[in-house]
Amino acid sequence: MAAAIAAAAAQSRPLEVYGGGSKRDVGKPLQTAAHLSTSALTGITLYEPNELVISARSGTPLSEIEKTLATNKQQLAFEPIDLGPLLGKNPGQGTIGAVFATNLSGSRRIHVGAARDHLLGLRAVNGQGELFKSGGRVMKNVTGYDLCRGLAGSWGTLSVMSEVTMKVLPRAQATRTLILRGLTDEVAVDAMCAAMGSPFEVSGTVHLHPSCAQAMGIDGLAKRGQSVTALRLENFSSFLDYRAGQLGKILAAFGKMAQLDTKQSAPLWDGIRALKFLEGGQGAVWRISIAPTKAPQFVAAIAAQLECRAAYDWSGGLIWLELTPTHDAGASEIRRTVAEIGGYATLLRAEPAVRAAVDVFQPLDGSVDMLTRRIKAAFDPAGILNPGRMYSGI
Amino acid sequence: MSSPAIPEPDTQILSRRDEIVTALLRIVPDSECVIADEDGRRAFETDALTAYRQMPLAVVLPTTTEQVADVLKFCKANNVKVVARGAGTSLCGGAMPLQDAIVLGISKMNRVLDVNYKNRTARLQAGITNLGISDHVSAEGFFYAPDPSSQLACTLAGNLGMNSGGAHCLKYGVTTNNVMGLKMVLMDGTIVEVGGEELDAPGYDLLGLIIGSEGQFGVITEATVRILRAAEGARPMLMGFDSVAAAGACVAGIIGSGIIPVAIEFMDKPAIKVCEEFAKAGYPLDVEALLIVEVEGSEDEIKDLLKRITKIAGKFKPSVTRVSQSEEESAKIWLGRKSAFGAIGRISDYYCMDGVIPLGKLSDVLVNISDICERYGLPVANIFHAGDGNLHPLILYNANDPVQVEKAEECGAEVLKLCVESGGCLTGEHGVGLEKRDLMTVQYSQADLVQQMRIKSVFDPDWLLNPAKVFPLEVRELQ
Repeated sequence: MAAAIAAAAAQSRPLEVYGGGSKRDVGKPLQTAAHLSTSALTGITLYEPNELVISARSGTPLSEIEKTLATNKQQLAFEPIDLGPLLGKNPGQGTIGAVFATNLSGSRRIHVGAARDHLLGLRAVNGQGELFKSGGRVMKNVTGYDLCRGLAGSWGTLSVMSEVTMKVLPRAQATRTLILRGLTDEVAVDAMCAAMGSPFEVSGTVHLHPSCAQAMGIDGLAKRGQSVTALRLENFSSFLDYRAGQLGKILAAFGKMAQLDTKQSAPLWDGIRALKFLEGGQGAVWRISIAPTKAPQFVAAIAAQLECRAAYDWSGGLIWLELTPTHDAGASEIRRTVAEIGGYATLLRAEPAVRAAVDVFQPLDGSVDMLTRRIKAAFDPAGILNPGRMYSGI
Repeated sequence: MSSPAIPEPDTQILSRRDEIVTALLRIVPDSECVIADEDGRRAFETDALTAYRQMPLAVVLPTTTEQVADVLKFCKANNVKVVARGAGTSLCGGAMPLQDAIVLGISKMNRVLDVNYKNRTARLQAGITNLGISDHVSAEGFFYAPDPSSQLACTLAGNLGMNSGGAHCLKYGVTTNNVMGLKMVLMDGTIVEVGGEELDAPGYDLLGLIIGSEGQFGVITEATVRILRAAEGARPMLMGFDSVAAAGACVAGIIGSGIIPVAIEFMDKPAIKVCEEFAKAGYPLDVEALLIVEVEGSEDEIKDLLKRITKIAGKFKPSVTRVSQSEEESAKIWLGRKSAFGAIGRISDYYCMDGVIPLGKLSDVLVNISDICERYGLPVANIFHAGDGNLHPLILYNANDPVQVEKAEECGAEVLKLCVESGGCLTGEHGVGLEKRDLMTVQYSQADLVQQMRIKSVFDPDWLLNPAKVFPLEVRELQ
């Protein structure tokens, strides 16, 4: 791989970089003549369950990693989401390298941190074809600069990872989900924040608009027209009665509550991971990172201008917003609302022509933009790795 | 290995000292905030790695981000080097001054700017102490998770610079896992705001790059951190073992069982003795190794977890097992651990290592460390965060004896090389600083280091910030 990238750099030949290709349709459409996939770089290279660490070549399917971890009742605690189905691909096609290159984390991010927080070390090839490593295989490491996190979420624009080492955690013995129905967005965010402010280690908080709740396809989850707010507890099974009871007391003022046990909880949270709540729609999909207390106001501002449905994760700190198609996927309304209320917005699904015309990733402020350009040049001076996928000239 | 070389000071800068001090006073017009006299400067001549000392050119203690920007702009224009400093508690010489550099201390900027309990965030000036953050939010039942032993004194700014950890990061992560945004001033005076109140920031993960950059990218003046709701209760238990190997195997047994305690701390016999004398924590004195294991939850959950852990530990035959019976006893148990470095410092000078190893190698590495130290004729006390393999061998020596100083440095270097050879790293939470600078090539290839240095040049193209640290001087020449 290093030789291929070095050769491309020597000829200033841009490369589209990807793993399994399930997320290729995110970002600005690329027009590179050549592409480079890590999908042949496969295999788990180290797994020490007692040390909570696993290493794999970057093209190893995520599903293989998760299967291996499950044999020891372990997991990638940040619960990476599967963008495949949203983008018209089959589920379960992602590679482990792409999980970190895109830093896509699921509902448990609110409790245990993001993908980037679980990345311990990597080997990668920069845009000049030079192989380098950063971090290692141990839990704590401040030896030199943290290039691991620098590469997490860079969408293949800085370097191509060849091997990643990550922290794994035990899977909880049991799950309990508390369900509230019919809450407005504002009240739901209050409920989620109250749950997160409790000492009971809530590990998932979502609020689904009625049509998102329906799209989950789970019998009895909600009546038509009813929103669903779900709060997840995970622990030893003997702890969950107490925790659910205490959390129920805190949330009593928010209405009647239903509970799902471990088995009943599984389809709900598996569905959230696969973004099932957006199933059936064809509209533009935005992902908005925002302070939880500002989230309902953000959604209301968009809803006043465009037809939309929303799902909240991360206690309200993450909004999935689907808009009925417009000429620019609602970019002008979204960007204006970000400027007024706050947050960061990424356009995750839209036609290539729309993605070519509007900012897909959140435009950067002056000094951050300046640093971003310099960082790109420090890894990929010829600008050959996924050029322009995130930002023009990067 | 001998003491890391420090480049000859720039005589031109030294000769311009008065002029530089005058300029600093113009920017920060308060004689208490610009320290130029010898006695005043002496207070800053070292950090917590007291073996290395240099008198700084001058010390400036700005009170606003704008003053920081003006100081840096002036220094860049005049080619003056800058060493940023929080409370000066670095154990690796990270805050050690240089004769031709000013010290820019952030300690006067220590206010809480905003706390949002619903969003669970706190915005702070970076000079606040680590414990000051938790103290501010504790009445509401919240805390800031990273807890270095020096938390009473060390600043958030220093924690950000070094990506500090602590005893409880086994469960809660280190600094970089608990920070959402920061305000940093670049050497040219540009004020950069990265991240903020959102969990994900746009674009590249600048936060990830900046945290742990050892004061070499810019001067951080503000940060937004995550605050967490504290558990209902917490309780430590003590387990004593007749061998270091049994204690090590017990740690792996607990982690492998699916229980992640909040903390698993390890002490060997020499460390137990000193800490017990200091804190009267009730540590057993007739064991070879002691584990402090802490769990959290409700009263019933705590009992249940400790029962599970006791059962697992039974396989490794602890000679003593004792659960703390009161808040007072718990506080004493932690006091003993957290004041360990200070307690050992009362009996001897010490050189504190910070290597990390894979947990499975724990007992082998500890045996090898004893062998190495014995070969140098230096006593060693081991006290560390066992759950994540972060070792703190304390090599005892006499700082007034140049032969012993050299021996201690060589012995320490061998210990750290052993950590790297075992699959670990040079430093888990203290940083590279000056102390471990020349060992970087043990862990990293030239290509690895060059890539890191390119990032340094992104933020500080003239290499004026905290110079002569982190990268071996000869590797620096390559760039």
